[in-house]
Amino acid sequence: MRRLALALALVAAPAFAVEPDEVLDDPALEARAREISAELRCPVCRNESIDESNSGVSRDLRLMVRERLVAGDSDAEVIGAVVDRYGEFVMLKPDASGANLVLWLAAPLLLVLAGGVAFVSIRRRAAGPEDRLSEEEEARLKDILDR
Amino acid sequence: MLIELGHFALILAFATAIVQMLVPLVGAQKGWRGWMGVAEPAATAQFALTGFAFAALTVAFVTSDFSVALVVANSHSLKPMLYKVSGVWGNHEGSLLLWLVILAGFGAAAAWFGGNLPERLRARVLAVQASIGVAFYAFLLFTSNPFLRLATPPFDGQDLNPLLQDPGLAFHPPFLYLGYVGLSMSFSFAVAALIEGRVDAAWARWVRPWTLAAWLFLTIGIALGSWWAYYELGWGGFWFWDPVENASFMPWLFAAALLHSAIVTEKREALKSWTVLLAILAFSFSLLGTFIVRSGVLTSVHAFANDPERGVFILMILAVFTGGALTLYAARAHTMEAKGVFGLMSREAALVANNVLLAVAAMVVFVGTLWPLIAEMAFGRVLSVGPPFFDAAFTPFFVALALLLPIGTLFAWKRAQGARVLRQLWPAAALAGALLLLGYALGAGRSALGPLGLALGGWVIGGAAVDLWSRSGRGALGARLARLRRLPRADWGRGLAHGGLGVTIIGIAGLLAWQQEDIRVAEIGDSWSLGRYEITLDAVRESRGPNYITTVGELSVRQNGTQVATLLPEKRFYPVAGMPTTEAGIDGGLWRDLYLVIGDPQDGGGWAMRSHVKPMAAWIWGGAILMALGGALSLTDRRMRVAAGARRAAPAPVAAQ
Repeated sequence: MRRLALALALVAAPAFAVEPDEVLDDPALEARAREISAELRCPVCRNESIDESNSGVSRDLRLMVRERLVAGDSDAEVIGAVVDRYGEFVMLKPDASGANLVLWLAAPLLLVLAGGVAFVSIRRRAAGPEDRLSEEEEARLKDILDR
Repeated sequence: MLIELGHFALILAFATAIVQMLVPLVGAQKGWRGWMGVAEPAATAQFALTGFAFAALTVAFVTSDFSVALVVANSHSLKPMLYKVSGVWGNHEGSLLLWLVILAGFGAAAAWFGGNLPERLRARVLAVQASIGVAFYAFLLFTSNPFLRLATPPFDGQDLNPLLQDPGLAFHPPFLYLGYVGLSMSFSFAVAALIEGRVDAAWARWVRPWTLAAWLFLTIGIALGSWWAYYELGWGGFWFWDPVENASFMPWLFAAALLHSAIVTEKREALKSWTVLLAILAFSFSLLGTFIVRSGVLTSVHAFANDPERGVFILMILAVFTGGALTLYAARAHTMEAKGVFGLMSREAALVANNVLLAVAAMVVFVGTLWPLIAEMAFGRVLSVGPPFFDAAFTPFFVALALLLPIGTLFAWKRAQGARVLRQLWPAAALAGALLLLGYALGAGRSALGPLGLALGGWVIGGAAVDLWSRSGRGALGARLARLRRLPRADWGRGLAHGGLGVTIIGIAGLLAWQQEDIRVAEIGDSWSLGRYEITLDAVRESRGPNYITTVGELSVRQNGTQVATLLPEKRFYPVAGMPTTEAGIDGGLWRDLYLVIGDPQDGGGWAMRSHVKPMAAWIWGGAILMALGGALSLTDRRMRVAAGARRAAPAPVAAQ
């Protein structure tokens, strides 16, 4: 677990991230900028969003996100512009396209599968032969009782 | 000299582990008591030898023996004593030695306290435990020897990473390893049972305390790590879904599942093969965590090349143990006949649902953590999977789990009356409803998730309270209260642990939905308001610590004109490591944390300042503490301590195979 610290240390040490001069005056726009920033990965860091990162390129990206928002882009357009430049690597939430469907659907499918198996086996066992006697056994039991 | 002795002791421990792995196993197979009897003294000797090696390394760190390469790389003569000691495990080699000490310690504990285990089972458990040891001794001695000397010792060391010089993180790894390695006991029991071909209530009763102990240490370890990230990294985040965090979270989820399924196996003799599988999976995931953390394969795909030898070695250990155990499982699982029959609406079924949801939640973490690797290797897509994915994909399963929890705990074994249970739960539903309204009254904050999260937490806490109350029987209030006091500790433990989960849920919901933030440049004397608070930057001064220099901001916080707190956030610089760290100024409280960070001086004068109000933050870790306390309380229950049922079941000979 020390490595967590080491990993974070390499990138996170002077964690100040969003600098005061970057903040937009419009609070609604700034809130959107923060939300978008949290979904974009810093291209040069180990595992940080540009919202948390202190690297130069993250700052540039934060400024770019804000410029585009001020220019009137939608959230999706802003993210699209950054992805065009740096590839899908910068999306912290991968889209559910192509092979990524596996990523998104693995757990729900597993839930359906495991839930189904559990349901069927409990049902079968609850209604199973264990607490009921077969006809043969019934006959034998009657035989014994009547004896 | 001591270092060489430590090195030698480690090699001896390696040899002892090899003997402990082979001799008792053969003895158990052939029925030779003398050979089986080797296991116990071997486990004790192995623990003593590894403990000595660890002590020798600790002495080298404490006395700053810079002829040892590891001490040079991770210590400094000026470092405070606490961090000289914690520096022992603040690096790959030393932490692996700690891992081995704990592994040998669990083995020795099983030897000492396992007196009531059937002889064969005990011999096999200790042999399997030793085989894990053998793999890791070989790993340590052949790839990561901590006892290497330097031919020309330097004048001073290179210092421990400053971020690690922190009390929270000093104790974080030992707890985490106690958890990771504790799961090796469950694994050893599972493999021994598979060799034996027998899983019964007594077996489940022996496995439960070890799993519970591992889970509670893991809980503490994860909570300490999360708390450290919160106050040290300077963003006030508490969970980042980092691969290395996920590496500890997956075993935690599996251990929680195992804990619950072992109950069904113990009480009802059902779910046997599933419980054994979970025991194998839980430890396999803790090995996988070790691999992820130490190979660097996931933090950055390319870091793998830095240390291919270590990564490959752990991968081999993982393949051998997981593969071997699963093969054995495939061959033997069918022999484990389930006895208990239960309906769809029963506590057994509820615990199955708990297991399914926990396992699926763990799968989200697993797939998400490994997906970047798979996508790049198989599809050539370089992508990232980060917090937004995990938040979206993991939360639904955990919400479902929390919704079911109060209902499941009230279900009776075999066949429950759903309508009655729901009627019993009206106080929990009322609490949830009240919190939902309160949440909306506070303003929905960022999203509707805040009030819903509060309600969910209230439902779980209320459910835990109803569960406890329902155990107090019927009759007058006084009599019920008296009975409540006399309830078995396991009941209280369960209530506390479940309640703790609710507390953590409330903390997370409150923090995420209602936190407030302010970022600005402040000059000395400036004031600004944040929420209900008025914050003033009174002064900024330079100061020196034992091995760092620091810039301290002095800020006073007022509410309605009265002083609430004076906070001293710091920005430190560690000259030896050449690294800055932030020390947030935090005024903790039951309902909110005030969290201030000082940044760089600005060109035009003044300092960058970040201030946060973090509502309910303390509840996140408070809940974790409650969960761990609940686990500890259960562990002290008489039934766990004396394993009463074990004694009764023990006389049955296991010779018949």
